[in-house]
Amino acid sequence: MTATLLIFIPIAGAVLAALWPDHRTRPWFLPIVGFAHMALCFRLLLNPPSVSPEAWMGFDALAAAVLPAVSLLFFVCGCYAVPYLGIRQERPNRVFVASLLAVLGLLSAGHQARHLGVLWIATEAVTLAAVPLLHFNNTPRAFEATWKYLLVGGTGIALSLLGSFCLGYSSLHGGGEGDLTFVALIAQGTGLSRPWVLAAWVLLLVGYGTKMGLAPMHTWKPDAYGEASGIVGAILAGGVTTVAFTAILRIHSVVDSAGEGHVADRTLLAIGLFSMAAAALFLLGTRNYKRMLAYSSIEHMGILSIGASLGAPGVWAALFHVWSNSLTKGALFLSAGNIRRAAGSPSLNDVRGMAHVVPRSAAIFVAGMFAITACPPFGPFFSELKILGAALQTGHGLAAAGFLVCLLFAFFGLTRVVFAVVDGRPRPAAKAGGKRFRETFALIAPPLLLLVLSLWLGLFTPLILRNMWTAAVAQLFPHP
Amino acid sequence: MIAALNLLVGLAMGLNLVALGSSRLPSLIRTVATQGVALGLMPLLLESHHLDWRIVLVAMATVAGKGFVIPSLLRRAMRAANIEREIQPFIGLVPSLLLGAGGTIAAVALAGALPLLPEHAGLLLVPGALASVLTGFILLIGRSKAISQVCGYLVLENGIYLFGLLLIKATPLLVEAGVLLDLTVGVFVLGIIIDRIQRAFDSLDTRKLTALHE
Repeated sequence: MTATLLIFIPIAGAVLAALWPDHRTRPWFLPIVGFAHMALCFRLLLNPPSVSPEAWMGFDALAAAVLPAVSLLFFVCGCYAVPYLGIRQERPNRVFVASLLAVLGLLSAGHQARHLGVLWIATEAVTLAAVPLLHFNNTPRAFEATWKYLLVGGTGIALSLLGSFCLGYSSLHGGGEGDLTFVALIAQGTGLSRPWVLAAWVLLLVGYGTKMGLAPMHTWKPDAYGEASGIVGAILAGGVTTVAFTAILRIHSVVDSAGEGHVADRTLLAIGLFSMAAAALFLLGTRNYKRMLAYSSIEHMGILSIGASLGAPGVWAALFHVWSNSLTKGALFLSAGNIRRAAGSPSLNDVRGMAHVVPRSAAIFVAGMFAITACPPFGPFFSELKILGAALQTGHGLAAAGFLVCLLFAFFGLTRVVFAVVDGRPRPAAKAGGKRFRETFALIAPPLLLLVLSLWLGLFTPLILRNMWTAAVAQLFPHP
Repeated sequence: MIAALNLLVGLAMGLNLVALGSSRLPSLIRTVATQGVALGLMPLLLESHHLDWRIVLVAMATVAGKGFVIPSLLRRAMRAANIEREIQPFIGLVPSLLLGAGGTIAAVALAGALPLLPEHAGLLLVPGALASVLTGFILLIGRSKAISQVCGYLVLENGIYLFGLLLIKATPLLVEAGVLLDLTVGVFVLGIIIDRIQRAFDSLDTRKLTALHE
């Protein structure tokens, strides 16, 4: 019962925010609802409710292992949204605030979905609810990004529905009653019709992989992240992608129980390495620091996919990486948002010397860059080390080598862009813009907090989280 | 009943080719709408022996949504943008027709190789679904006008719906309703976007959406 509140509180908040008359106080809905959601989420993490096996929705171990990270990220982004929307008074924020809250509610539904159909409906609804967020800036470039997002994302979501039908048919063909809960599908196991399971896996991987932003289905991502505001980028990269990732994990465990796990593992590994390589190459070429964050996100989705392909230890490490990536990406997106506001442009052609204009945001941006490129002692270092360990342990030496090479090239690409933004002598236009944009405490504290959380996650990974990840792995691999 | 159903699926497959061959947007929209009505009638034929209110509801919602609501939204978008023709598609009409025809033949051949339940073996639903998905992709990739791309997306969704009919007995209504609702909302949002693109670019040509690149 309490678990459904995680869905209904944000939805009710979204409705209230849409009806709220005052433009100036409306953004406060974001931190308030975000806090309620987070408090509830962590309460459920501490006292996990019992979920009946045939339930269609429930705060199960996998939801508990990932959803609190999303909730935490949303709360911090909500705190940032209040001053951010304060300096963006020229844009109406009714639709923006309502959509952002709706996205939180639907993300909670997607993470808790234990039924193939419910999972699809939640993912589709998140995709649609995010549309108004992308064209908040109301520029032709933002419309272009939104159009591409809808077309590519819509096609991906359509394919994942087709995949869901194929999986349903495999159950029917194998003598099932048409019960599409994951528990029932896993219980049917090798009784599922193999050809249909494989067809379903390909379609679902392409469909949910599009939502995650795995290469080569990533084309919407740089445009969307490049044109959306920092908060939206953080929520998309740290929240929406994770729901697609947990979807892939749940489906993977069905395919695994059907006896085709090795095929699924091989495809996940290949697509993960390809995403990392493609992202690293684009990182070496891009001249836009917001698109750079999108490519970095594609790289990390590749890392998650590699982790998911490496059996139980790999999935454990991938769940760890979901946390460290979400929090670190949040810090990067919010500080990049500050720099973008001050500089007036996301392009390296117009921006340099931001360390002189917005010193605090620039410092967080540089530290966040080192964190995301897996420098110790931040969270991503430890989670990527665990994935590397899992790869070596399962005898994937070549994959591990490829993984390291891609990480190295991504590091070159990221440092190239970040230091070009931060170093040098600021342009006069940026200096003037920097005077208009003041680095207030409210704009600095949220990204700093996320960075500290990433550090804390690396140094003192809490036992409760480790236990939750272990429980989630046990849920995903019921027959070790 | 099986014969009547196969006739309707055959009609939908023929309409795929009509959609691929039409350059005028009103006729493309009309084709997609007709296909939607044909699809909406299928659940009634498929379950004609034991009709219940759920099946009737799905059928009515499909006919209303795919056959009337969405086409009228598309026509409104078309009038707002003041364009009627698809000029210079990325893939020409004749090549896309040939691709579609080849794809339809391949879909029939492929469907024969797929393992189906005995009660579905005589139906054209699977080849129809595969052919429609392929047609949808050709339209999505091969057309440059936003409205034609939306029509392509609809044909793709129609193909998925055809496949879903195999599961209509087993899948609860929730999934069916969610599909319809999301489809409608999706196109509705697409319609708004088209409106906005039009205001921002004064054209519905997606070829002009080229500001964002590496």
